[in-house]
Amino acid sequence: MKALITNCSIVHPGQKLNEKNKDIFLVDGVIKQIGNLSTSISADKVIDLKGNYVVPGFFDMHVHLREPGREDEETIATGCNSAAFGGFTGIACMPNTEPAIDSAEVVKFVKEKAADHLVDVFPVAAATVGRKGEVLSPIAELYEAGVVGLSDDGTVIKTASILKRAFEYVQMYNLPIIEHCEDESLSGGAMNESINSTLLGLPPIPSIAEDLIVMRDIIVAEYTKGQIHIAHISTRRAIQLVREAKAKGIRVTSEVAPHHFTLTDDSLKTYDTNYKMNPPLRTNADIDEIILGLKDGTIDCIACDHAPHSFEEKEAEFEYAPYGIIGLETSVGLSLSELLHKKILSLEQLVEKLSINPRKILNQSIPQFKEGEIANFTFLNIDEVWTVDISKFKSKSKNSPFDKRLLTGKAIGVVNNKKMLFGGEFIDL
Amino acid sequence: MSLSSRHLLGLQGVPKEDIQLILDTASTFREILERPIKRVPTLQGKTIVNLFYENSTRTRISFELAEKRLSADSVNFSIGQSSVSKGETLKDTIKNIEAMKVDIVVVRHSAAGVPNFLSRICSSNIINAGDGIHEHPTQALLDMYSIREKFGKLAGLKVCIVGDVAHSRVALSNIFGLKTIGAQVSVCGPSTMIPKFIEELGVNVIHNIDEAIQENDVLNVLRIQLERKAREYFPSIREYANYFGITSERLEKNGKDILILHPGPINRGVELSSEVADGLNQVILQQVTNGVAVRMAVLYLLGTLN
Repeated sequence: MKALITNCSIVHPGQKLNEKNKDIFLVDGVIKQIGNLSTSISADKVIDLKGNYVVPGFFDMHVHLREPGREDEETIATGCNSAAFGGFTGIACMPNTEPAIDSAEVVKFVKEKAADHLVDVFPVAAATVGRKGEVLSPIAELYEAGVVGLSDDGTVIKTASILKRAFEYVQMYNLPIIEHCEDESLSGGAMNESINSTLLGLPPIPSIAEDLIVMRDIIVAEYTKGQIHIAHISTRRAIQLVREAKAKGIRVTSEVAPHHFTLTDDSLKTYDTNYKMNPPLRTNADIDEIILGLKDGTIDCIACDHAPHSFEEKEAEFEYAPYGIIGLETSVGLSLSELLHKKILSLEQLVEKLSINPRKILNQSIPQFKEGEIANFTFLNIDEVWTVDISKFKSKSKNSPFDKRLLTGKAIGVVNNKKMLFGGEFIDL
Repeated sequence: MSLSSRHLLGLQGVPKEDIQLILDTASTFREILERPIKRVPTLQGKTIVNLFYENSTRTRISFELAEKRLSADSVNFSIGQSSVSKGETLKDTIKNIEAMKVDIVVVRHSAAGVPNFLSRICSSNIINAGDGIHEHPTQALLDMYSIREKFGKLAGLKVCIVGDVAHSRVALSNIFGLKTIGAQVSVCGPSTMIPKFIEELGVNVIHNIDEAIQENDVLNVLRIQLERKAREYFPSIREYANYFGITSERLEKNGKDILILHPGPINRGVELSSEVADGLNQVILQQVTNGVAVRMAVLYLLGTLN
């Protein structure tokens, strides 16, 4: 099919592109031509973007798809739809499924289930068998099967000794280790330790539970020359540690979830379990440091830690409810509202954090606006004001604290794998 | 006069007028408890469920008696007797109970926030009878009633809460209630048992029990919950008793007539010596009697709201 996308504002910081009034001509999902083409080309389908932005397809490197094991909460198909409607063309899925992604068979299963979708799914495998922290996963086999990183996410890699061995072993394959930083002797609480945990009588998780493991992992990464990626960073001290480590040249990167730069533990006052996540919501001082970290590059990317949970499980006593919220369909809107419109990041910087950097960390190629390249785009209307409505979410779960929140800016379409999602419909290109 | 909220979830944010109304109403009921026939028809026809997900003897009996003295119909639901052991969710349990047309639910639960959760999903009036380490408002109200009974006032008094403040729902409710009414509140205990940010509530922190005795009009001595995690927070019971236990020698040494409260049950020889527990300074059994009156007041005020 020949498709012409007209009136595009193209932004790609990697290519140093920031151009208005461009048209993009696609033939069978591949870029044929970029320029001022609207009068010279006849296409089967013409899409007028009316000046909205076209950026390299967004990538969320921290998503829980729940399949295999908890298909009642999310499947690979519903998770991919949620990602596409949220503006993502690629996601990395975490291995804490049942069974865990710790064998080539499960990797193959996930990849096959995702094969025909617009969204690319890149499995992250468990670093240790069953995420138990005892024995290394079959890393060579997993690498060959196509995993992009290793993580025991949901829990920390149990001991420094197994972490050291994992770093040493993955040197052969150039895979990052993605760490869920939480010291187990300080974990298990329901919220951040603060005056609010005292007021609410909820068991606290002190910020040092995160800081200590960030410190441990940085030291082990330095010693082994390994590549460590800090997942869902949330504390002031942890960000400072990453900043210092980067300055020393240690191979460390980090991601932040939109809820951690948008909300604080003040939100827990009603015991609404949609505010229960791990790491927990922190304080304004932590948000200030996150903003600093986003600006100075200490925080490389934005990843939402999409964690679907059934309504029944979330509608429970706060202490007994599971951690986590879904985020794929609010991540872009929150990032644009909280970071772009509040002049914390430029659009170029946002594109780096939502598209380019996560791919770099996972050693994936970056989509380019060039003739002959597969079209892999996200369309953004950065000024559209909209209200989050969880009943319209494509995710199978609805556990979001952002229902009814007014946001400015959203992804209005995506293109990848010879498919386009625009105007609420998937179109084959 | 009526209360400004249709639930009693805690004392945080409860206005002074409401607290005063409850305490004044409790005075009326306190008199009734001294009559030969201790029953009034005030809540006749109202149905109250005592939903106790956690073991409790005195609080449950106190509520039950208060309900009976007000002529309400009450039923008890205790863990182990019913659906919880069959894996039913809290929400389903409460929906089932509500379907039997109840007016008031008195709930005790080991998880903080359960009364708040119930108030969101039910139409009954919810009374918190203790939720985790969050609040226990009727206990704090009866403590305040007992202090007021002795001093004739609450505003301006110096009250120190002694013991495991960090794991006490009684402490937090007392802090909120007493501060609202204008008392000066301090806490005293081993530093591992004082919440990290408690000073932000306008509460003084003391670690020396003699100082606490000297500087206060009232000590509200908490129970060290030996059956719970408390033991991990100090080296030994002996050390706790020696450094934070209240003995008659300590009271004499500080030469002070001080009022001592304890929510019970007492660990004799740990937080209070037997001499003090049975001595002239304490009002521990009056607290228990006042508890029935205070709970009658709360039930009456919520049960007769429009």
